[in-house]
Amino acid sequence: MGPFIAQFLTGLANAAALFLVASGLSLIFGVTRIVNFAHGSFYMLGAFIGYTVMQLLPGAFGFWSSILVAGLAVGLIGVIVEMLVLRPIYRAPELFQLVATFGVILVIQDLALITWGAEDLLGPRAPGLKGVIRILGEPVPKYDLALIAITPFILFALWYLITKTRLGVLVRAATQDREMVAALGVNQSWLFTGVFFLGAMLAGLGGALQLPKGGADLLMDFNILASIFVVVVIGGMGSLPGAFIAAVLISVLNVFGVRYMPQSTLVLMYVVMAVVLIIKPYGLMGRKEVAGEHGQVGEPEQPFSPFGRRGRLIVAVLLIALATLPFLGSKFAMILAIDIIIVCLFAASLHFILSLGGLVSFGHAAFFGGGAYAAALMVHYAGSPMELAFVLAPIITGFLAIIIGWFCIRLTGVYFAMLTLAFSQLLWSLVFQWGEVTGGDDGMVSIWPSPWASDTTVFFYLTMIIGFGGILVLRHAAHSPFGYALRASRDSAGRAEATGINTKRVQFVAFTFAGAMAGLAGTLFVFSKGSIFPTELEIGKSFDALIMVFLGGVKTLAGPLVGASALSLMQDYLTRFEYWRLALGLLIIAVVIIAPEGIAGTSQKLAARWGIIRRDEVQ
Amino acid sequence: MTSVLEVKELSKSFGGNHAVNNVSFAVGAGELLALIGPNGAGKTTCFNMLMGQLAPDAGEVLLDGENLVGLPPRAIWRKGVGRTFQITATYPSMTVVENVQMAIMSDKKRLFSFLPYARNLYREEAVTLLDLVGMAEQADRAAAILAYGDLKRLELAIALAHKPRLLLMDEPTAGMAPSERIKLMQLTADIVADKGISVLFTEHDMDVVFAHAHRVMVLNRGEIIANGSVDEVRDDPLVREVYLGGGTVFADKEESENA
Ligand SMILES: Nc1ncnc2c1ncn2[C@@H]1O[C@H](COP(=O)(O)OP(=O)(O)O)[C@@H](O)[C@H]1O
Ligand SMILES: [Mg+2]
Repeated sequence: MGPFIAQFLTGLANAAALFLVASGLSLIFGVTRIVNFAHGSFYMLGAFIGYTVMQLLPGAFGFWSSILVAGLAVGLIGVIVEMLVLRPIYRAPELFQLVATFGVILVIQDLALITWGAEDLLGPRAPGLKGVIRILGEPVPKYDLALIAITPFILFALWYLITKTRLGVLVRAATQDREMVAALGVNQSWLFTGVFFLGAMLAGLGGALQLPKGGADLLMDFNILASIFVVVVIGGMGSLPGAFIAAVLISVLNVFGVRYMPQSTLVLMYVVMAVVLIIKPYGLMGRKEVAGEHGQVGEPEQPFSPFGRRGRLIVAVLLIALATLPFLGSKFAMILAIDIIIVCLFAASLHFILSLGGLVSFGHAAFFGGGAYAAALMVHYAGSPMELAFVLAPIITGFLAIIIGWFCIRLTGVYFAMLTLAFSQLLWSLVFQWGEVTGGDDGMVSIWPSPWASDTTVFFYLTMIIGFGGILVLRHAAHSPFGYALRASRDSAGRAEATGINTKRVQFVAFTFAGAMAGLAGTLFVFSKGSIFPTELEIGKSFDALIMVFLGGVKTLAGPLVGASALSLMQDYLTRFEYWRLALGLLIIAVVIIAPEGIAGTSQKLAARWGIIRRDEVQ
Repeated sequence: MTSVLEVKELSKSFGGNHAVNNVSFAVGAGELLALIGPNGAGKTTCFNMLMGQLAPDAGEVLLDGENLVGLPPRAIWRKGVGRTFQITATYPSMTVVENVQMAIMSDKKRLFSFLPYARNLYREEAVTLLDLVGMAEQADRAAAILAYGDLKRLELAIALAHKPRLLLMDEPTAGMAPSERIKLMQLTADIVADKGISVLFTEHDMDVVFAHAHRVMVLNRGEIIANGSVDEVRDDPLVREVYLGGGTVFADKEESENA
């Protein structure tokens, strides 16, 4: 009984920080409908700032006031982020906000690196709470007990704020009915800024409060990101009691998981999330999002048509030029080109469902990594030749997409995005923790192409054929009746359904098709590298694809190719510098705010304005 | 006259609000039937139940004797019912002609074709339909940049694409200039007379209704309070009371409500 209770107490103590951070994220989403991916960064900043202030303020009083100071400071940073980055894009689709907050993550990572250095910081122990207390013979850290005692106060304070104050009334009104706030005559931007302050402050407090347990390091932002999203999604986005229940649930589950089934703690968390969402798609205490639809940004999308003769000629010339690369460039240039073609195919497959289908998936890496792992497993365990893997791995990925799509297509908007993220994380954690089969963190190696294709030049041509072949298939699908049905379902589901189109089925087929094409890209990837690691399934991989599509221009067919090439080249170039994240982050934020139509969209518009191309040639 | 559509004791309430209450009527073959009533009377709700967008609380909707209740809109469409919306619903990212082609592709069950270029499929048929509503010259413009009146005409062309037996038109002329309204309704009347399509339509503009409807029904607070010829309804004292008396007030130009 003793160990059991001790475990349970540890779980409760861990829930304190998790709840603080998650409640901030939930509040921000509830009021502003922004999914703030930079929330983990606020948490990290709370830890670093708290650490620094604790060095200056001695004693117990210093310790606790440092936590408060850290919270307030991070709250102010949240206000700055809100005013500079998010205010211009409140009315934009989710994707814009995702990309912008991702830019903020990069910027904060480097600013933290510049300020505090790369060393992990060991958190100071809380003065007066250093030892342990024995409960039923088991040692329980005093600080854990303090955290357990504090949590109800935090919950009470938040409850008081939300139910008893004017800010709280507004927050609840905004969470439940967006139109009502405007009707109340409230200054909306003031409310949003206030909520951002509160939400960021809660994250900062959480970061500072966990210092004695975890310290501060530069990986904290992404490490907590997955957990707080799980908590917020399980609890129901926008619901504080939901976040509390889910934080306790996840924390306790984690502690027992570590103890009794250490190989599957991560899987467990995502399985719980998937199960909750399948039963209650809007979380335990969340409510169905009715309106949820965001308008298009800028001008409406232009109708598009297949390339005419001139366009085809240009594409042919470009492809031929690229095909001469082995004669001109170095081996390094060929490898870079292979990488770029592969991400182009990956980005194009995401673009297909995201842009034509209006389905913003946050978990497309599941299919890229899924295809790669399917191929690797076939080669490793069945001795399958490369040729067979190229046929079967995309098909297997297609089946994976059928399973994931079956659950996700029911939802729309942010909820669709979150559930796809959950499933891709579930797949990642499976691969990560099922080490006997997948090699876990060590990945799978020696997955080489067949002998005839192992030469870099040959593999380059193979990649060109398969990669551009896949892109052409995707492009053609966009111009086919099926692609039109997909756009019709996005443009006006009501009209589509009233003219015989089963919009959900069309989207389901498109999701499967895009998944299989991402799987093809993953298959190319694994043979080009000869190895595969769980990183290819991570959130970051899904975000990469989203940023590529966005950078290139969501509304153009050329967008994903331009964006993928641009981001790959930029990363290749920028990573030579120490603070490349800062530069890339600022660049991403600038594109979101200044040129939301992306590189391809903006240049097409300029070209049309300057008379270089006709308007109807815009692709 | 045989009836194409028969509606029996249809009801729907939102919370305690009886939006449509025990409504029964029939649409005859080739008939142009108007459903009028003040804002919030329940006209759009009624249409939503006929087309399957809303499930009725009670009642039956029979198309040539076959019950439609419980079917989704797409199935009802395939049975030969077309609909235009009070707030136009078209595909803004496509051209005008592609909007019509989309409906024809759906009718021909080509939605899951991967091979052909959609823009070449059924283009002639689509242009013929556009010509019918006077939109052929605008075939290759983007639907997103059309004037509102043209969007209404495009919707009509889309609704005709699968050769429907019955057309449901929710305020087909809302948002148009008065002269244009008469013209569009005249056009609609000619087309449906030519093709033998039955039409149920709602309308705010009484000039349009009295000029074209074969029969008029008046809905008020979810209940039908009058049903008869144009003259009968015009002279009905109850109807006059609902519209606050006087023939002139019939020309209620209010269009601010939503579908
Ligand atoms: N989805 C809905 N939820 C709640 N009430 C609704 C809904 N749709 C319509 N109503 C109500 O039903 C009544 C009838 O509305 P509607 O059918 O749009 O009227 P009309 O088209 O005749 O102007 C109104 O009181 C309206 O507020
Ligand atoms: Mg109406």
